[in-house]
Amino acid sequence: MDTNKFNMTKEEYKEYVDKKSENSPILKNVLLAFLVGGIICIIGQVVTNCLIAKNIDEKTAKTFSTVFLIFLGAFLTSFNLYSKLGKYAGAGSVVPITGFSNSIVAPAIEYKAEGYILGLGSNMFKIAGPVLVYGIFCSFIYGVIYYVITMIR
Amino acid sequence: MLMEYLKVFLTGGIICSIAQVLIDKTKITPARILVLFVSLGVVFTGLGLYQHIVDFGKSGATVPISGFGYSLATGVKEAIDEKGFIGIFTGGVTATSAGIAAAVIFGFLGALIAKPKAK
Repeated sequence: MDTNKFNMTKEEYKEYVDKKSENSPILKNVLLAFLVGGIICIIGQVVTNCLIAKNIDEKTAKTFSTVFLIFLGAFLTSFNLYSKLGKYAGAGSVVPITGFSNSIVAPAIEYKAEGYILGLGSNMFKIAGPVLVYGIFCSFIYGVIYYVITMIR
Repeated sequence: MLMEYLKVFLTGGIICSIAQVLIDKTKITPARILVLFVSLGVVFTGLGLYQHIVDFGKSGATVPISGFGYSLATGVKEAIDEKGFIGIFTGGVTATSAGIAAAVIFGFLGALIAKPKAK
């Protein structure tokens, strides 16, 4: 019986915690990330399909769906709900575009007390900034390579 | 229809699972995961691989942040095909403009209405 945690020595307790935190988390974390990430993607697809059903062209529908998910991420973050989801979902809440939105709102709220310009304003892109820097720079490198290839042909 | 949603779920789920394994096994921070995945999205799109994932998984491939890299790269490619050299600079951000603007606008509004939590 491992219910007798209160009578354990320090060493025994350490062993108990190590054992508990060794086997379960990674599989459980991955399953939760899979589930939550998958569901957020389904929400995106549902919005896209609903708009296409209303005769909106596919490209606009996809763009609108992205905007909606960004709104959703920001909305849930500002009511302190996204971090609760993140506690369980891990990467499932970080990797979808709602997590990108969360990465903008969360530091903005945290630094709000330091003022609206140098607090809220400059910390909004604390994490999203690097994402844009590396994303856009990678696309620049790809563009140069693609341009050279089309020139040679 | 149901099959489509299953594919979306599987694709999105697998991409998030890969990130979770990286977080658990390497202690890589979520911020680095975002940067890594957006960059990988551009690279895999450039190699012509990500398009197959998008064709199969639709939103399952475009909603994760790697899909943001996919949008950047396909935007650059299309703009180069259309306008030539200047497309290298205009394509990426043009294709992702709605996402970036929405993130700024809703991010700002969200931060305005939220109360900072006491620590």
